[in-house]
Amino acid sequence: MTIKVLAIDDSRTMRNMLNYALAGAGFEVTLAEDGQDGLEKLGNCDPDVVITDLNMPVMDGFGFIENVRGQSHWLGLPILILTTESAEELKAKARKMGATGWIVKPFDEEKLVAAIRRVAS
Amino acid sequence: MANGNDLLDTFYQECEDLLVAMDEGLRELSEGESDPETINAIFRAVHSIKGGAGAFDLTELVRFSHRFETLLDELRAGRMTAEEDLIEVLQFSGDHLGDLVTAARNGEESDTEATERNLGLINKFLGPEKSSDEEVEIEFEPVSFDFDLGLATGGAGRHAITFRPTRDVYQLGHEPFRILRELAELGTLEVTLDASEVPTLDDLDPEENYLSWSILLETESSDQAIQEVFEFVDGLCTLEIRPEGDAAEGAALDTTPFDLAAGSGVSAATTVEPVPAPVEVAAAPEAPVVSEPTGSEPAPPPAAAEAAQAADARDKQGKQKAKGSNASIRVDLERVDKLVNVVGELVIHQAMLFQALENMRLSSGSELATGLDELSQLSREIQESVMAIRAQQIKPLFQRMFRIVREAGAATGKKAVLETAGEMTEVDTAVIEKLADPLTHMIRNAVDHGLEAPDKRVQIGKAETGTIRLSAAHRSGRVAITIADDGAGINRPKVKSIAIEKGLIPADADLTDAEIDNLLFLPGFSTASEVSALSGRGVGMDVVKNAIQSLGGRVTISSRPNEGTSFLVSLPLTLAVLDGMVVEVAGHPMVIPITAIVETLKPPKQDFHGLDSSDWVLSVRGTYVPVVDVGAALGFRTAKDDPTNSVVIIIEDEESSRTALLVDGIQDQRQVVIKSLEENYGHIDGVAAATVFGDGRVALILDPSSLVEQISRVGDPSNGTRIAMEERHAATA
Repeated sequence: MTIKVLAIDDSRTMRNMLNYALAGAGFEVTLAEDGQDGLEKLGNCDPDVVITDLNMPVMDGFGFIENVRGQSHWLGLPILILTTESAEELKAKARKMGATGWIVKPFDEEKLVAAIRRVAS
Repeated sequence: MANGNDLLDTFYQECEDLLVAMDEGLRELSEGESDPETINAIFRAVHSIKGGAGAFDLTELVRFSHRFETLLDELRAGRMTAEEDLIEVLQFSGDHLGDLVTAARNGEESDTEATERNLGLINKFLGPEKSSDEEVEIEFEPVSFDFDLGLATGGAGRHAITFRPTRDVYQLGHEPFRILRELAELGTLEVTLDASEVPTLDDLDPEENYLSWSILLETESSDQAIQEVFEFVDGLCTLEIRPEGDAAEGAALDTTPFDLAAGSGVSAATTVEPVPAPVEVAAAPEAPVVSEPTGSEPAPPPAAAEAAQAADARDKQGKQKAKGSNASIRVDLERVDKLVNVVGELVIHQAMLFQALENMRLSSGSELATGLDELSQLSREIQESVMAIRAQQIKPLFQRMFRIVREAGAATGKKAVLETAGEMTEVDTAVIEKLADPLTHMIRNAVDHGLEAPDKRVQIGKAETGTIRLSAAHRSGRVAITIADDGAGINRPKVKSIAIEKGLIPADADLTDAEIDNLLFLPGFSTASEVSALSGRGVGMDVVKNAIQSLGGRVTISSRPNEGTSFLVSLPLTLAVLDGMVVEVAGHPMVIPITAIVETLKPPKQDFHGLDSSDWVLSVRGTYVPVVDVGAALGFRTAKDDPTNSVVIIIEDEESSRTALLVDGIQDQRQVVIKSLEENYGHIDGVAAATVFGDGRVALILDPSSLVEQISRVGDPSNGTRIAMEERHAATA
């Protein structure tokens, strides 16, 4: 079964690269530009995994996770954070809010794909 | 499928947008706007550039943007305030970031000296780059996963693993079963389930985990590979990985941070703090049963959720409108240009078809004629749509000028601010591109030559800081751009004496103020006697004028002593087509842009008033308008003795002054495709370009304002001077 990935990043470059890497790995990719956009697309694309940036306009990654985890339907949805940040307190905050994993940008294509396979159903 | 270059292109395109956003934010900051979202927007722009640069291994860009970002972060977190000196450093850093991006894009060596200098400025605020910063940079190595364990010993063999996930592991999107499956891929697996913690059914929360596993793994893979499998559950489980039969190594591994007890306070918090969501879930009908607690099969959303989604969709429509730019795509300019050309050909061919049918004398009500009418309407719509694609706001260009003013001010020791207006004015992309250089030069000039030194300004009661005003607007079918300073105005005696000195005008020339001002545009006129840090660049106003003329534009100058100088640049909206009135002049078809035309008349003789044998003015509803005989002006024939057998076309230029053009007759009105003459021929005063009609005839497109300007010069009393100037002009053309 094709793994469906929702990738959220405000940077067009990053979205492009994610799309390139993930679609290339055979995933079905939906792109969103910020947390709000991600939330709106969540229902339609029904992803197996979400990858999200943290610092974004309109709604940031934390806001996104908070919103998703607040909906019972998405409780078990794996959410990976893809960010340039690596501060421990941010990681802690993300985990507490319900993030599944943390990947530091720039990402290695193979490892990203492996990470998605690891958490995707 | 995209390739690496496409990705890189996107990155640079995005950088452009981000730099504009950053500049805008920095400008707002410098104007005293310190709202958190402004600072955050600057931060995000720099942050995104850093992120992309890291992905493409642009190390200097990463290093610099990282420090810049750190400084912004301090400001964002409120640990610093936006004082003037900090803002200055931020602006310099923004400029330098732009330079680094440009250098990287063009594959040039970046100015590392400038980077160091700028980092030095940043370090004044942040202190020297600390080792912790270096650590951060390591993360931009394209090896990116976040391992807390550096135990990469090659431990092939048998491993005993105890894996005890926390209660809430499912809720965070983890699935122990998948972890076991992944382990199985590494080698042979023997798994023992420990279900001793599972409570009675009454106490069981289907969302929670009560299971743990003992695993015996036989593998050739390294310890690191095994640990990687558990990467994301680090802190969410008690984990022990022990090489079987090697007690010493096992002891070392026992203390890995995977272990919950040894982990950070975070994991403790995770286990202690109740998660509110599962409480609701337990009541929900679609909660997964305990035997399959995966949470991976998304149940259909309940009606409420569907309704919420519908509302979301509605919201979204509204928001997309508000955001505007969101629903956009990027298209290669070449493709658009091709479309423009093809549509241009379409228009010409449609005109030909029309002509051919007319020659067949079809009745206007015939099916063919109606169909053709519809076709012409459609092709017109296509054309307008294509033009709209090419139109772009002038804002990014204006944004760049803030930096020019800053730099020019710093270089000349003058204080200057830039004020802009009409940034949303849309102009053809090609026009914007080609306008960058002349505009930059005019802005520099305005600071360098226009404004007085700060002490002088104070002396004469002006504000110490001079103002440069840059504005854009649509005016009579063209784009008018004004560059105005509030400086001393043109020093006319000085300009005149320089011109005489350089032999540009005779020593006894009697010139009007406007004529003196226009001397600035003469080739060879350079205010070399006041060479400053900027003016030594060897570009004169004549180059500016030529650049603007090559765009089908005009530049005029006006100046008032002590009030300042302003340049008005008038440009066509597009370089591709125009609506024109086809007129006949001395047996030649010519096109006058409709946008310039106010009205057409056939006035009676008594409305013409002769000034001398060939100069006329026309009385139009009580005002007198100068008359220009187009045929004579272009040298087709001598001026008419009797203007009454001509048709009069009243035109108005950007400055709203009117002129009556005499032509022999009006043929029709149509849209014509502009074919530049300048590429193959050169610039001719009074002629903007040429076009091809449907019947294959070539016609000149007139540039009414320059035609009028030319006539008023020829008819000038100081003809001798003028001719000298014309010759100079011709020599450079």
